[in-house]
Amino acid sequence: MSVTTDLKKEPQGGEPAAPVVLELRDLRVFYGAIEALKGVNLTVRRGEVVALLGANGAGKTTTLRTASGMIAPREGQVLLHGERIDGIKSHDLVRFGIGHVPEGRGVFPRMTVRENLQMGAYRFKSVDKADMDRVFTLFPRLGERKSQLGGTLSGGEQQMLAIGRALMGKPEVLLLDEPSMGLAPLIVQQIFEIVKEINEQGTTVLLVEQNAAQALRMADRGYVLETGAVAMEGEASELLSDPRVRAAYLGEGA
Amino acid sequence: MSIKTSTAQGAGQDSPKSATAPLSAAARLRRVHWYQEPRWRRLGALLALAVTLRLMTGEEGTTQDLFLALREDFTGVGLWVWLAIAVAVWAVREFLADQTSRAVKGTKKVSSGPLERVRQVWSAGKRVRMGVLTAVLALVVFGPLGVERYWQQVLVDQIAIFVLLAIGLNVVIGWAGLLDLGFIAFFAIGAYSAAYWTGALPVQPPVALNNFLVLPIAVLTCLVAGVILGAPTLRLRGDYLAIVTLGFHEIVYLVAKNADGVTEGARGVKVERFSVDLGFFSYEWKLDPMPYYWLLVAFVVLAIFLFLRLEHSKVGRAWTAIREDEVAAAATGVPTVRYKLMAFAIGASTSGVAGVAYASKVGYFNPENFAILLSILVLAYVIFGGMGSIPGVLFGAAFLVWLPEYLREWVDPKDRYMYLGALLVIMMIYRPQGVLPSRRRKRELQMAEAGIGGADATGPAEGRQP
Repeated sequence: MSVTTDLKKEPQGGEPAAPVVLELRDLRVFYGAIEALKGVNLTVRRGEVVALLGANGAGKTTTLRTASGMIAPREGQVLLHGERIDGIKSHDLVRFGIGHVPEGRGVFPRMTVRENLQMGAYRFKSVDKADMDRVFTLFPRLGERKSQLGGTLSGGEQQMLAIGRALMGKPEVLLLDEPSMGLAPLIVQQIFEIVKEINEQGTTVLLVEQNAAQALRMADRGYVLETGAVAMEGEASELLSDPRVRAAYLGEGA
Repeated sequence: MSIKTSTAQGAGQDSPKSATAPLSAAARLRRVHWYQEPRWRRLGALLALAVTLRLMTGEEGTTQDLFLALREDFTGVGLWVWLAIAVAVWAVREFLADQTSRAVKGTKKVSSGPLERVRQVWSAGKRVRMGVLTAVLALVVFGPLGVERYWQQVLVDQIAIFVLLAIGLNVVIGWAGLLDLGFIAFFAIGAYSAAYWTGALPVQPPVALNNFLVLPIAVLTCLVAGVILGAPTLRLRGDYLAIVTLGFHEIVYLVAKNADGVTEGARGVKVERFSVDLGFFSYEWKLDPMPYYWLLVAFVVLAIFLFLRLEHSKVGRAWTAIREDEVAAAATGVPTVRYKLMAFAIGASTSGVAGVAYASKVGYFNPENFAILLSILVLAYVIFGGMGSIPGVLFGAAFLVWLPEYLREWVDPKDRYMYLGALLVIMMIYRPQGVLPSRRRKRELQMAEAGIGGADATGPAEGRQP
C-alpha cells in the first residue's frame, strides 16, 4: 500500500526524479510502552538534502537513529536502494555507506583530531590520505589543529570534526543530527555552507534540525514531524513559505 | 603571601556600596589565605606524612597501656627526626622547583622531572631501546639465580603469577575500560581445570592429560566462561559491570568451596607439577623454583608480545574508541559488543593460564587461594603501575607484590598491608596516573583536571549512556 502512495508522490513533469536512496516505510518505534514513531514515511533521493524538522520530542532523532541502525523498529522498514536494512547494527551499516553524525557530536575527546579522523576510516584497511586532505580542505580549522585533542576543541570545531570523521567513512548518505545544537549563529551558517558543499560533491544528506529556517534554506525538501508522525512534507521553499510552518517553527505570529 | 592579602583588600574596596559588611561576600570568598597556597599546602601534607610515618614506625601498642604508643611516639626524638626530614624534603623541592621553573621559562618544551628525560633518551633511538630491553630481559632471566631461595620462591609463586594476572587484567580495564572485579574467578577456573584434567579431582576426566596440554584447554574454558559471563552483561558499564563480575566471582568461589564431591571443597586439591615427556626428552619440574620461574617468564613474554601487537592493531584502536565514546565508536563502524567481549575473553584466558601455572607450581591449593581480595589487589597493581601501559603494569605488580614480602623483615608482619594501603592512598593523591602511565591515560587525567571528561577508568567520556 505504501508503495502506491510513494508512486503518487513522484514529481510530475520537469526533470526526471533521481533514484531513491534511503526510504523509511511506516516506521513504528517504541521506547517501552511509549510509541515514539507512529508510522513515519520518508524518502531521500540521490543528491538531495532533506531536512527533518520538528519540536522537541517529535521523534526527529529517533527517526535518524532508526535509519542508522542504532534503534530497531518494531514495525515498518528501512530501505537502502530498495533493500531492507532495518535490524542491521549501526557498526555494520557503516559499510553500506551510511554515515551517522550522532547528536551531541560524540568526538573522541582524548584522541587528537587526526586520530579521530583515522577512526572515521575504521571500516577500511588503511586511511585514505586523499580523504583526510579533503576534510582538511573543507574544514581548514581542523587542519590547523591536527594534533589537538578532540575534547579541547570548541563546540563548532567539534561539530566539524564529527562531520569530518563521518566523511572519512566515504558515506553515500550522511545523517546529521542537529549540527547546530548549542552553536553560535555564525558558526551554524558556516557549518551549513560546508554541508551544502559536501552535498554538491555528491553526498546525499538527511538532516535533523530545530533551526528550521536555516535548514530549509539549505535543503531541497523537508519533512515536519509532530508527535511521532509526519505532519507536513514538501519542497523546502514551499515549507519555508507555508504559514503553518512559519507560525510553528519560525516564530512568526499566524 | 602579602600579595594575596592586598588583592583581597583591593577587591573589598572595589564594591564598597553594595556590601553591607566591610568586606563584601564576594571578596571574602575570593580571599586566598596563606595556608591555601600550594607551597604551604605541600608543607602541611609532608608534615602530616611525617607524623604518620612516626606512628607507623614507632612504638607498638599494647592492651595494658592504650596510650603507650601515642605517648612514646610524640615525646621521643623520632618525631623530630621525621619532621626534620619532611621540612628538608619540602625545602629542597621548593628550592629546586623555583630553579627549574626559572630555567624553562621562555623555552618551548617543558621537561618535567627525570622521567621525562629518560623518555627523551628512550625515544631517541631504536638501538638504545633494543639495548635496554635486552639488558632488562637478561637481568630478569638470570638475575634471580643470585638471590636467596626464599626470594626465588616469592618470585615464582607470587610475583610472576601476579604479573601474568596483571597483564591480563590490563587488557580488560586498561585498554577496553571494563571494570572487572571477578578476575580471580578465571584464575580459579584455570587452576581447577588443571586439577580436573590431570586427574586430581574426585571426578575423573575422560583422559588424564599433562599439565602443559591443560594450558590450551584452560584457555578455552576461560574463554568460554568469559564469553558466557560477558555476552549478557557487557551491555552494562562501569559500576554495574563491576557488581556483576563480583557476583560471578562469588559464585565460582562458593562452588569451589562447597561442591565437595567435585572440587574437594575447602580441603583443597593436590596437583601434579609440570613435567614433559616426549620420549627422547623428558624433564620434570621439582622443588627448585628457578625452572618454574623461567617457564613463567616465557609465558609473560609471550603474553606481552601478543598483547602489544593487539594494542597497536585495529583492535587496540577500537578498544580506545569504545573507552572514549561507545556511541561514536559504533557510528564509525566499530562492533562494540564484539570487541568488548574479546577484551574480556582475552583477559579471562590469561587469568586461566596463570591459574594452571599456579596450580602446577604450588602443587596444592584450596578455595581460599582465590579470595576476592586477590581480584582487588590485582586491580590495585594495574592502577598503581599505570593502567594501559605494559611497563607500568609489570612494575606495579612486581613492586606491590614484592613490597609486603620485603617489609616482613622490617615491620610487624601484621602491619604490612597497612603500608601497602598507605602507599596506594598517597599514590592516588599525587600520581593518579600510575608510576609509568600510558600516554593516553596521562592525557585523560590532565583533561579531567581541566574539566573535560571524567578521570574514572570506565565511564563514558562525557557521562553519556549508550
